[in-house]
Amino acid sequence: MAARCGGWPRLCWLLALAALAGLGAEAKNSEDVRCKCICPPYKDHSGQIYNKNVSQKDCDCLHVVEPMPVPGPDVEAYCLRCECKYEERSSVTIKVTIIIYLSILGLLLLYMVYLTLVEPILKRRLFGHSQLIQSDEDIGDHQPFANAHDVLARSRSRANVLNKVEYAQQRWKLQVQEQRKSVFDRHVVLS
Amino acid sequence: MDQKGYRRGSFQSSTSDEDMLEIAGASLDFSMADDDPPLDREMGGFSSYNGGGMNGTSTMMDFLEEPLPGVGTYEDFNTIDWVREKSRDRDRHREITSRSKESTWALIHSVSDAFSGWLLMLLIGLLAGSLAGLIDISAHWMTDLKEGVCLAGFWFNHEHCCWKSNTTFTDRDKCPEWESWSQLILGHGEGAFAYILNYFMYVIWALLFSLLAVLLVKGFAPYACGSGIPEIKTILSGFIIRGYLGKWTLIIKTITLVLAVSSGLSLGKEGPLVHVACCCGNILCHLFTKYRKNEAKRREVLSAAAAAGVSVAFGAPIGGVLFSLEEVSYYFPLKTLWRSFFAALVAAFTLRSINPFGNSRLVLFYVEFHMPWHLLELVPFILLGIFGGLWGAFFIRSNIAWCRRRKTTKLGKYPVLEVFVVTAITAILAFPNEYTRMSTSELISELFNDCGILDSSKLCEYVNDFNSTKGDDLPDRAAGPGVYTAMWQLALALVMKVFITIFTFGMKVPSGLFIPSMAVGAIAGRLLGVAVEQLAYYHHDWAIFSGWCSQGADCITPGLYAMVGAAACLGGVTRMTVSLVVIMFELTGGLEYIVPLMAAAMTSKWVADAIGREGIYDAHIRLNGYPFLEAKEEFSHKTLAMDVMRPRRNDPPLTVITQDSMTVEDVETIINETTYSGYPVVVSRESQRLVGFVLRRDLIISIENARKKQDGIVSTSVIYFTDHSPPLPPSSPSMLKLRSILDLSPFTVTDQTPMEIVVDIFRKLGLRQCLVTHNGKLLGIITKKDVLKHIAQLANQDPDSILFN
Repeated sequence: MAARCGGWPRLCWLLALAALAGLGAEAKNSEDVRCKCICPPYKDHSGQIYNKNVSQKDCDCLHVVEPMPVPGPDVEAYCLRCECKYEERSSVTIKVTIIIYLSILGLLLLYMVYLTLVEPILKRRLFGHSQLIQSDEDIGDHQPFANAHDVLARSRSRANVLNKVEYAQQRWKLQVQEQRKSVFDRHVVLS
Repeated sequence: MDQKGYRRGSFQSSTSDEDMLEIAGASLDFSMADDDPPLDREMGGFSSYNGGGMNGTSTMMDFLEEPLPGVGTYEDFNTIDWVREKSRDRDRHREITSRSKESTWALIHSVSDAFSGWLLMLLIGLLAGSLAGLIDISAHWMTDLKEGVCLAGFWFNHEHCCWKSNTTFTDRDKCPEWESWSQLILGHGEGAFAYILNYFMYVIWALLFSLLAVLLVKGFAPYACGSGIPEIKTILSGFIIRGYLGKWTLIIKTITLVLAVSSGLSLGKEGPLVHVACCCGNILCHLFTKYRKNEAKRREVLSAAAAAGVSVAFGAPIGGVLFSLEEVSYYFPLKTLWRSFFAALVAAFTLRSINPFGNSRLVLFYVEFHMPWHLLELVPFILLGIFGGLWGAFFIRSNIAWCRRRKTTKLGKYPVLEVFVVTAITAILAFPNEYTRMSTSELISELFNDCGILDSSKLCEYVNDFNSTKGDDLPDRAAGPGVYTAMWQLALALVMKVFITIFTFGMKVPSGLFIPSMAVGAIAGRLLGVAVEQLAYYHHDWAIFSGWCSQGADCITPGLYAMVGAAACLGGVTRMTVSLVVIMFELTGGLEYIVPLMAAAMTSKWVADAIGREGIYDAHIRLNGYPFLEAKEEFSHKTLAMDVMRPRRNDPPLTVITQDSMTVEDVETIINETTYSGYPVVVSRESQRLVGFVLRRDLIISIENARKKQDGIVSTSVIYFTDHSPPLPPSSPSMLKLRSILDLSPFTVTDQTPMEIVVDIFRKLGLRQCLVTHNGKLLGIITKKDVLKHIAQLANQDPDSILFN
């Protein structure tokens, strides 16, 4: 099993899922348990829902319903109709999940704003108009051998890390453009 | 003609997979073979490149690793060769087993190789479960965000916000920590102006969410829209769609699924969860060589991942495996069954430990009642089945018509505007009716719920006579005014959902179908259930009720009717059978309701099949023209192979390559002039005796590589596919041996073979093309696309709708 963990994105994924799974198991915050008793209307008392932070063995009507709305002899009849349930949750998990989600969403929105607004302005300032025209060319299989040339040429070493990132980003953009054409323009996939 | 379009850019898009880059980097260095003396002396300089498995023991591994980058992989939008992939895997396995006897390290390697499948399933289950937990918690929160915000911590949704406080029985949703938008802005929550403000905020939030969703999909991952199940079905049958199961698609689908569900649109998250789980499966496959390099093994993993996806969507592991078997997978070997079950269990367990709903349940609408039902109730259940079938057929017809319109007319040019308009309409119509304002899962949960004393929702507002109440057993009761209000509100909700879902499914946001169908069925079921219940209450003396429903006994459970209705509608749309029943009974946790569920599911399937043969997913496959050879249909016409093969009578003769008499230039001309994805190799043009089959992609890559790397290859060099080079005068340029890319065992049938057998061969073996011979000589070729066109023609459908090959 050659574990080809190609790159930090995969490591990030595994860490994130480990964190999420781990959080699920921990955080028995004392704030996060409750015993919920639902008591329906009885005679002339209206119904009420009681929540109290008790342990599971104490989760019954007598411990939770305070103050008892009915006098002594009626307590048993009242409590028979009440239903008590023990519930747990993990507020830490909820908080962390929502924050992770919002941060990923925020990052994606920022990246989208950057790609659509900021990058063309930067590129125009640095490289002039020629670069923009080049990146908009249609990818075609007009010369199958020229494209095969590309297949084999991927191994050309790029010493510069920045070049690598730039190259990966260009490739990704072309891929998204191609997908967008298939889905939105030509309607051949996922109509 | 359209084929060119899909191969356009195929190299660019296909080589964007990471593994292609790594292969290109690693194996262009041929110096490793210089250590061994080449066997074939005459080949001189390029023995290292063509030697492959011929040289000595140390180069055994070369035989398995691709000698050239790109050879043996597939272009985008093409079908894989199942036979080749399976035989490659068997070779690899044989090699590892034979080597395991050599050293301990090799033994460990073979054990870990066998174990890697299970480890991969474990990882898939963990990742799918975690993502499902993220989606559930976020969707729950964002849905409530449309109505208000929690002051005790903005990350709590309504239910969790009011977790700690004591509330009154009737107003159990109101607590001081949760404030609706009008309360936040105006300071009070009552009055017409507050209502209008709430309405306005609801619509604004809904529009914001859906716009964000569609912009993200359009900007980053256009493949993330739609349900995903038709495309996954096609991928599992052998089609390649590069990027469909990639990491950007995964990220965008997860994020936008939450946004789409929270915006109040009439869609669900179960179908997209299957796509998310398959993406996880595909991404994790890259960690293991065994699955990364072999497309057939990868599809086994994807089947298991699909099972894990359904398992976390419904909390039904067994149902998930059966769904994968029945709906999604094409080949399902027995080994995959066990592994799918393992992946589904791990996923369900991971989701349970994240505990998104706070009560260790995996689905919001888990029911826990076990009331008995009577045999006579089968009549309304079958009525619900008929309704489900009718609705299913109606929905499929209208949705396909609308999607076709979107595909062919100007409607498809404005996807963002379309999403905006549909969301606006949905939000504006949904807010006034409380049953459409709440999220669909909550609606289903409320409809499935059996009314007890402790429920105070409008649907449970029966006339309670407290003197006759004995403990927990409720008698049957007359419907109070609340129930009547709820009935007509539910009827309006039903009409709205029936129509709005037609326009919602298939939009350019992730959209699933299960929850809306279940909602439609549940509403219809509950309406019928309450009607039957009240009928039994007011007419105890009728013959049909007097036998089993005495005065004072609560014998009809409207919640059960809702469940059966949901199953019927879902079955009518998707045409699921066993998996549907198992999912529904895993949802309820009891075996008592299997018979009603089966009765309704069967009835709805029969009724729907009588109207239209295909389920929604097959209909979408046909709409998109994917090359999906339906495995369940029988081919019953008496045509022969020679009626289907190409070239037809008036076409130019078959384009072939001879085994040792064509030059590089000739082959390049053929490749440039034609667009076929493969060429048969014959002994000579006169004899037309078959040698093998060579793929276009492999030819292109090999020739290009030879021109660059090998000495003396020019346009007049002869290409030969035989073992030994043909005799040529010594002054001719050096020859190019391409035997390693030739498939020496192509499948052939004779021209008199009935098409039934040919279609069966294509299905069972997963072929891409099949050569046709006559008296031993090559006559023509049948490709999968020809078979699909032929079937479409015989079924009186449009054969030109098959787009891909």
